[in-house]
Amino acid sequence: MSELSGWLAEFDEVDDLVEAAHRLVDAGHERVEAFTPFPVEALDSVLPPPRDRVTVWVLAGATVGALGGYALQVWTAVFDYPWLVGGKPMHSWPTFLPVSFELAVLLGSLAGFLGMLIGNGLPRLHHPMFAAKDFDLATRDRFFLYLPGQNEAREALAGLDPVHLHEVPGDDDAG
Amino acid sequence: MAEPQRDALIDTAFGYASLGERIAATVLSGSRTGWLLLLAGFTTLSLLFLYTIMLVFTVGVGVLGLNIPVAWGFPIVNVVWWLGIGHAGTLISAILVQLRQDWRNSVNRFAEAMTIFAAGIAGLFPVLHLGRPWFAYWLVPYPATMEIWPQWRSPLVWDFFAIATYITVSVLFWYTGLVPDLATMRDRAKPRWAKRIYGVLCLGWRGAHSHWRRFRTAYLVMAALATPLVVSVHSVIALDFATTIVPGYHSEMFPPYFVAGAIFSGFAMVLTITIPLRRWLRLEAVITTRHLDIMAKTMLAAGLVVVYAYLVEHFVIWYVGDEYERYMALNRILGPYACAWWGTMAINAGVTQLLWSKRIRTSPAILFCVAIVLNVGMWLERYLIVLSSPHRGYLPAAWDTESGTMIDWLMLLGSLGLFFALLTLLLRWIPAVSIYEVKELLHERREEG
Repeated sequence: MSELSGWLAEFDEVDDLVEAAHRLVDAGHERVEAFTPFPVEALDSVLPPPRDRVTVWVLAGATVGALGGYALQVWTAVFDYPWLVGGKPMHSWPTFLPVSFELAVLLGSLAGFLGMLIGNGLPRLHHPMFAAKDFDLATRDRFFLYLPGQNEAREALAGLDPVHLHEVPGDDDAG
Repeated sequence: MAEPQRDALIDTAFGYASLGERIAATVLSGSRTGWLLLLAGFTTLSLLFLYTIMLVFTVGVGVLGLNIPVAWGFPIVNVVWWLGIGHAGTLISAILVQLRQDWRNSVNRFAEAMTIFAAGIAGLFPVLHLGRPWFAYWLVPYPATMEIWPQWRSPLVWDFFAIATYITVSVLFWYTGLVPDLATMRDRAKPRWAKRIYGVLCLGWRGAHSHWRRFRTAYLVMAALATPLVVSVHSVIALDFATTIVPGYHSEMFPPYFVAGAIFSGFAMVLTITIPLRRWLRLEAVITTRHLDIMAKTMLAAGLVVVYAYLVEHFVIWYVGDEYERYMALNRILGPYACAWWGTMAINAGVTQLLWSKRIRTSPAILFCVAIVLNVGMWLERYLIVLSSPHRGYLPAAWDTESGTMIDWLMLLGSLGLFFALLTLLLRWIPAVSIYEVKELLHERREEG
């Protein structure tokens, strides 16, 4: 914990945060991260998007659910235990659709939730960021910008007119 | 502090912090006596539920008003009713988020909680009326030693998958939306043990922008998946009826008819909960009369669809000219279940029309009464469909009239008790209104000036 991992600049307005983030990114800083009490859509065009995609997870989950559910029904009702009901064909596919659909939704949602957690590196019981002073205000009404590094990071953030500057202790894996 | 505008969705005099405090305070502080009294009352009622379940399990389904030909009685009425109530929560949370209806931000949290509890209670009733409830797990496709599988061509099996998926996805969706608020609670809570519990439950959320982005995508996609899901659940329930040959059940219009009825009764229940809740937790500045107005309008729209369904149902019966169907329709109006028919029509087609008046939509006390009456009306409609249809089938020798026994009524009352007891408990543990979403709403309102 002796090393600093970076610096946090605190702002009290959304617009100040977006403006400051713009200036940091324009100045060539790549590893900028913002911390906000609610999602700020204006930052989407400023900060780089995450590389992984939650939607890919959902698509994969939903596909596995739909195909797996359908295969389960075909295998059990046509091959493993064929049972003639009302003279309907063994492979009566329209009746297999509701369960396939429900399983697609079920696995798609579960995969979306998991994809979000894994992409975000959560759950996690502790993080160096929580040791920074006043960081609990990030869930309240303050907006933070984080820049990893030592003195250069401090100077870059200080030039943005923040309300406060806080140091973030610990190893450099925040974000 | 200026008076909030009459038709505002939120009081813009709030700051982000004071707004968050206002909502978090409903959990972290405040009087406990009133809450304990409420909880005691509702818990006593839920003990009644437990008692009736025990009776059904030990004595058998004979204690309920079930017999041939009316093999579907109160438990099935209650499944359809409870599940329908749950659907409004999903509509508010999932469908309206995609339509960017930002008024839902203030009410989605407890509407979703309502969904989970209503769907959970609904899921109990089919098991309770099985007769041999200990075999309920046979619906699960697992490699049994009996070497047989569920019958996939039966809507009853679809039902199991639909309700189980619905409950799971509702819990997941609700929990996802709750994660950022649990982080707020972690940072607001004073006692160490409370901080720890919220800290673990919020999964280490710290509000990073990249996290918010994945979160927003996941939330929207789950909403997009929940939308067809909610339509499918009540449609599948409706197919349980529609695929039979019983006059009164056998109708191709049942799926959309049931979905409209579900939204109608669900909004009635949302209002039944919202109106006392906002007063009790003093959230009038967050859940404004504008919210009540919008919800009442939605209820009116759904109610008109239901009335349209009544008209079409009766028109089709007349137009097709099948004598059994015609007899069924006449028997509903004049026979032993006439009270339920006239009650349904008077309430769902009549009382609903009061919602055209803006004065009624914006006066909480009257709207509350209307909502309760509409809840009863929708219950009566399901009672009418479920019991009156099979009681006079094709074979007059097998006609019989069933109605609820005392145990049936106590079970319904008990399930209401359990529902409200769970809601009461939850309101003390998690924020009743989504904190991050109302902050977002406040931010948007400020941008607009």
